[in-house]
Amino acid sequence: MQPLLRLSGLEPFVLSEEIKFANIGERTNVTGSAKFRKLISEANYEAALEVARKQVEAGAQIIDINMDEGLLDSKAAMVKFLNLIAAEPDIARVPIMIDSSKWEVIEAGLQCVQGKSVVNSISLKEGEEIFIQQAKLIRRYGAATVVMAFDEKGQADSFARKIEICKRAYDILLQKVDFPPEDIIFDPNIFAVATGIEEHNNYAVDFIEATKWIKENLPFAHVTGGVSNLSFSFRGNNIVREAMHSVFLYHAIKAGMDLGIVNAEQLAIYENIEPNLRQLCEDVVLNRRPDSTERLLEMADKFKGEDKSKARNDLEWRKLTVEKRIEYALVNGITQFIEQDVEEARQKFARSLEVIEGPLMDGMNIVGDLFGAGKMFLPQVVKSARVMKQAVAYLTPFMNQEKLDAGEECATNAGTIIMATVKGDVHDIGKNIVGVVLQCNNYEVIDIGVMVPTEEIIKATIEKKADIVGLSGLITPSLDEMVNIAKEFERHGFSIPILIGGATTSKTHTAVKIHPNYQNGQTIYVEDASKAVGVASQLLSPTLKNNYISAIRQEYEKIAQKYQDAELKKQRLSLAGARKNSLKLDWENYKAPKPKFLGVKIFSDWDLGDLAKTIDWTPFFHAWEMKGRYPGILEDKKQGEAARNLFHDAQKMLKQIIDEKWFTPKAVIGFWAANSLIDDIILYKNDERKEQLAILHGLRQQINKKSGKANLCISDFIAPFDSKIKDYIGAFVVTAGKEEEKIAKDLISKNDDYHSIMVKALADRIAESFAERLHQKVRKEFWGYAPDENIADDELLYENYRGIRPAPGYPCQPDHTEKITIFNLLKAKENIGVKLTDSMAMWPGSSVSGLYFAHPDSFYFGVAKIERDQVLDYAKRKNMSKEEVERWLAPILNYA
Amino acid sequence: MEYSEKIKRLYQTMNERIIIMDGAMGTMLQKYNFSEEDFRGKQFKNFGNPLKGNNDVLNITQPKAVRDIHLTYFLSGADIVETNSFGATSIAQADYGLEDYVFEINEMGAKLAKEAAIEAQKIDGKERFVAGAIGPTNRTASISPDVNDPGFRAITFTELKIAYGEQVRALLKGGVDILLIETIFDTLNAKAAAFAIDEICEELNIKMPIMISGTISDKSGRILSGQTAIAFWTSLSHVKPFSFGLNCGLGAEEMRPYVQELANNIDAPICVYPNAGLPNEFGEYDQQPETTAKLLGEFAKDGLINIVGGCCGTTPKHIKKIAKAVADKTPRNFNNHLIQKKVS
Repeated sequence: MQPLLRLSGLEPFVLSEEIKFANIGERTNVTGSAKFRKLISEANYEAALEVARKQVEAGAQIIDINMDEGLLDSKAAMVKFLNLIAAEPDIARVPIMIDSSKWEVIEAGLQCVQGKSVVNSISLKEGEEIFIQQAKLIRRYGAATVVMAFDEKGQADSFARKIEICKRAYDILLQKVDFPPEDIIFDPNIFAVATGIEEHNNYAVDFIEATKWIKENLPFAHVTGGVSNLSFSFRGNNIVREAMHSVFLYHAIKAGMDLGIVNAEQLAIYENIEPNLRQLCEDVVLNRRPDSTERLLEMADKFKGEDKSKARNDLEWRKLTVEKRIEYALVNGITQFIEQDVEEARQKFARSLEVIEGPLMDGMNIVGDLFGAGKMFLPQVVKSARVMKQAVAYLTPFMNQEKLDAGEECATNAGTIIMATVKGDVHDIGKNIVGVVLQCNNYEVIDIGVMVPTEEIIKATIEKKADIVGLSGLITPSLDEMVNIAKEFERHGFSIPILIGGATTSKTHTAVKIHPNYQNGQTIYVEDASKAVGVASQLLSPTLKNNYISAIRQEYEKIAQKYQDAELKKQRLSLAGARKNSLKLDWENYKAPKPKFLGVKIFSDWDLGDLAKTIDWTPFFHAWEMKGRYPGILEDKKQGEAARNLFHDAQKMLKQIIDEKWFTPKAVIGFWAANSLIDDIILYKNDERKEQLAILHGLRQQINKKSGKANLCISDFIAPFDSKIKDYIGAFVVTAGKEEEKIAKDLISKNDDYHSIMVKALADRIAESFAERLHQKVRKEFWGYAPDENIADDELLYENYRGIRPAPGYPCQPDHTEKITIFNLLKAKENIGVKLTDSMAMWPGSSVSGLYFAHPDSFYFGVAKIERDQVLDYAKRKNMSKEEVERWLAPILNYA
Repeated sequence: MEYSEKIKRLYQTMNERIIIMDGAMGTMLQKYNFSEEDFRGKQFKNFGNPLKGNNDVLNITQPKAVRDIHLTYFLSGADIVETNSFGATSIAQADYGLEDYVFEINEMGAKLAKEAAIEAQKIDGKERFVAGAIGPTNRTASISPDVNDPGFRAITFTELKIAYGEQVRALLKGGVDILLIETIFDTLNAKAAAFAIDEICEELNIKMPIMISGTISDKSGRILSGQTAIAFWTSLSHVKPFSFGLNCGLGAEEMRPYVQELANNIDAPICVYPNAGLPNEFGEYDQQPETTAKLLGEFAKDGLINIVGGCCGTTPKHIKKIAKAVADKTPRNFNNHLIQKKVS
C-alpha cells in the first residue's frame, strides 16, 4: 500500500495525489471564532453542532476542534462536543483534528473518537522525552499528528530554524517511536507579514521555502499551517485578507503544502482577484520589494468599503405564526426548529394526527405545488421530506398514546407501500425517486423490482399486507399491463388503492382505461414524486380517505366523458383516402445513394470518452424531474443551484464511468436494398432485388389534413417498388452496455439510491449519445451520403442533418412489434447481447434501436390515432389477428 | 519485537493455503440443553444470581463439554479455535454478578482450548492454534444508549481498557497463541481493546498476533457505530493486525460485497467467518453446510480470503465442508510488508 495519509470518520479519507490539498475546517475553534467561543461558553451545543455541520457541508475534509479558552473547562467541553458529534452522521463522516495546547485535552479527545483522527499538535518544546512519550500514545490511540516547528529554544521563524526542528522531530519519530512518516504533518508556522516590522517581511517566504525543503527531504511527511495568521495586520479588511490568503496558498501549495486550516467559504479565487491587488499581495507574500507593505496599505483602504460579509438576519421567519413556520421549515428544508414548532402546534390541536393532516400536509402540498411548477427541485424536495419525517417521528409517540387511550391499534409506520415496475418493462428511475421520497415520510416501501408479473404483485400485496400498491412503467405496453393488473385486483376482490406513475402514463389513460376496471378499489394517477406523499397520506387517513376518493372519482368520470366527446368530433379519413393523400417525393430526379456495404456490421467496444462528447443533457435533467433545457438550466434563477449540483455529481460519475470503463458500449448496424410497397417496405437479400429478405410495415396518418399536407407513412420515404430506383434502408441497435444493471443494483444494495438513479440516467444518456454518434458515422462513412457533413458535436442534437433514424414504438411507427424484424435482421441478441422482452422492451434498458432513412426530405412525424379499417389491413399485412394488433396498438386506436 | 516461532510458522502456512477457523460455540453448547443446575455446576451451586445462558461460565462448570467441542472442531479441519470467552469481561459478566470470576473464566477457557489443541495434534500431527476471543462487551463507547441525550456514554474508553486488560492478561496466562478482537460493532471499543493489548505486550516484552473482526449487520454496509468497512480498517490499521475481516451479522452471501471491498483496499490478511445464512422466522440458522461451503469456496476461488471459519449457526459439519471447499484454493495475496519485515 502506498504510504499516504489515511484518516477516517465514519467514512475513509485518503490524502491522495488527486486531492493535492485538504481543507481543514477552522470554524469549530474557540480561539479562532468568536461566534463559536460564545456558543461553547453558553453551553449552546446544538448551535455549535450547526457550525460543525455547515463546515462539512461547505466542503471541509477534516474539522479542527479547539476548546482552549481560559474560562472554559476545555477537557469537558472537548469530550462533550466530540461525543455529540459522534451522534451526527453528517458531521462525523469526516475525520477530526483534535486541537489543543494541553496534552490532557488531546488525550481525552482521543478517547472519544472511533475514527483515525489527527492530533494538533505536539512539539519538542518541552524536550525529547515528553515528545516521544506523547507520540507513542498517539500511535497507540491510532491517530496521525501535527508536529509544530517548536523546540526547547522556542518557535521557529527563519527557514534554517524551521527545517532544523522538523528534521530533528522526523528522525526521532521514525527511529525511536516507529511512527509512520505518512502520519506526520509538519506545521512550520505561518506568521503575520506586512506588520511594519522589517524582520517579518520574509516570514511567508520562509514558510514556503521550508515547505519545499520538507517535501524534498522528509519523505511522505506533510505540511500544514493556519493561514489566517498571515494577514493579521489587515484585520477588518476581508477583501485584502482573502486576497492575501489566496495568493499565499497558491504559492505554498505549489511548494507542497498539502493541508491547510482555512475558511474555505472566505477564500478568493486566485484568478479572480483584481490584478492590481493580486500583484500587491504577491509582492508582500513573496517579499519582492522593500516598499510592498506601504503599497498594499495604500491600496487596502480602497477595498475596505466593499466588504461583502454582512450579517443577514436569517431568522425573521421565526416571527410568523406556527402554521407558517412549519410551512417555511418544510419548504426550506430546515429541521432546526421543527420539533419545537410541531410541539406548539400539537398543543393547539385536539389530536396529534391533526397536526399532520393540517399544517404539515398543507406545507407538503405547497412543496408539491412548487415542485410541480418547477420552483423546487428534487434534492430540495427530499430535504423537505426529511423535515416532514422528523416532525412525524416526533408526533408518533403522542399519536400512539392517543390511539391507545381511544382503544385503537398503533401502527409503527405510516403505511406499507409495494412498488413495482410492471411486467415487460425495465425502467425504474422514477420509481426509485418516488420510493425515496415516500421512505422519507415514514412509509415502509417494499420495492419488488422490475419486470414483475401480475401474480407476484398480487402475492406480495397479500404477504406484506400492503396498504397501497404503486405501479410504474415507461413504455406503452406497460399501460396495458397496468389495465390487466387492475382487472386482476378486481377479480381477487382487493380494495387497496393502486398508484399509477411513469413516463407514458397519464391522468387520461388512468381515468379512461384503468379506473373503470377497478371499481372495488381506486386507481390514482400520480404525476410526479412530490405528489406521491400527499396522495398516500390522504388515502391512508381514516378521516380524509372517503372525501378524497369520491373527489378523484368525480374528476376521472369527467375526464373520461371529455375524452370520448373529443374523439368523436375528430374527422377522420379512411385508410384508402389517407393513402391517396400520401407524400409524393420527386423520385424521377432522385439518385439514391448506395451504402458502402450491404449486410451487418458489429461494433463491440466503442470508446466511452467519445460518447461523452455528444451527450444531450436536457433529458438527463428531465429524468430527475427538472424541467428546462441544458445548459440554460444551470444558470436558471430558480433551479440553477440544484441543477449545478446535480450536473457536478453527474460529471464526476461520468468521469469515473469513462476512467474505470464501467460500460462496454456495443452496436450493430446493417443496410439492405429496399423499395416501398404502399405502406410497407420490402427488403431484399441482395442488390439484384429478386429475393425478398423481410418486410417492414408502416402505419399511416388518418387525420383529415388541411391545405395540401400529406398523410404520412414511413414507407413514403423509400422509393416505390415500381419506380425502378435502387433505394436502400438501414437499421441499428446500440446499447450502453449490460453492466449498468449490476452497478445500479449494487448501489441499491448499499442504500445509495441517488447514485443508482444517477448511473441509470447516465447509461440512458450514453446509449442515446451512441445512437447519435453512430448515425453521424453512417451519414459520413458507412452509408456515406453526406461525407462532407460538418456539424459540431453540440449541434448534433438539433438534428440539422440529412436523414432520420425513427424507432418502432415512437410516433413515426408506434408498433413495438416492428422491433422483432429489426432485431432479427441485425441478430442483435447474438451480436451484441441486446434482447427483447415479451413486451418489446429492450434489455439492457439503456439501449436504442431504429431504422435509417437517407432521403433528404425525410423527417419525423407522428401517426396519431388510427381507425379500424387500418387495423384490419395492418393485421392482414402482418399476419396477426385483429385482436393482437389491437392489443399492441391500444394507445392509438381511435375506437373503443 | 518479533512473533513467536510458532506464529511465524502459521504465517508461513498462511502464504501457502487458506487457514481454517472453527464454527459456532454457542450453537454447539445449545445442543447440550444445559439446565440452570448444569450452568452452576459445583462451584456456583449456591450463587445468588441465575447463571443459565452464561456460556462463558461453562469453562469452569462444564469444562468437558467445552473441550469436546473444541476438539471436534479441530478434528473437523480447524487450524485455529476460539476460546469460549466471548462475554468474559467484567463489563459483560456484571449482568450475572460474576465480575470477580472473569480472570478464572478466561484462563480456564484458554486452557481447555489448549488441551484440545494438544490432543488434536497428538491424533494427526498437525499443529493447532488457540485464539483468545475478546468480544465487544454489551456497552458502546461511541453511541449513547439514551436517544434523548446523544452526548451520554454508558461506558468510557478507560473503563473498557481496564476490563479488556484483565481479560487479555488471563487469556495470555492460559496460553493462547493469538488474540482475537471480534464481533466489533463499535470501533472505539475495539480501539480500547487494542490499546490494552499494546500496553500489556510492552510490559511483558512480547509481540502477540492480533486478529480483528468487525460485524456489519445490514445492507448499509456499516458497522453499528456507523463506519464503512474501509473507515473501520483505517481506524484500526495502526494495530498492524495479523488478520482483519468480518464475522457474524450476515451470511456469506450478504457479507460478500464488504469482504470484496476490504480485499480491494487493505494490505492485511483477510479473515471471514459468517453466520450460517440469515436467521429464519424462528431465529434459527438453517443454511446447510454444503451451501455455506459453496459460497465460501467462491470467496476463496476469487482470491478474497486467507482465514475462514463460521459464526452463529455453523457446526463441525459446516467447518468440514468449508475446509474441503477451500483446500485447493490459493490464499489471497495480501502483500503485508510490515509483517513480512518482522517475520523474516
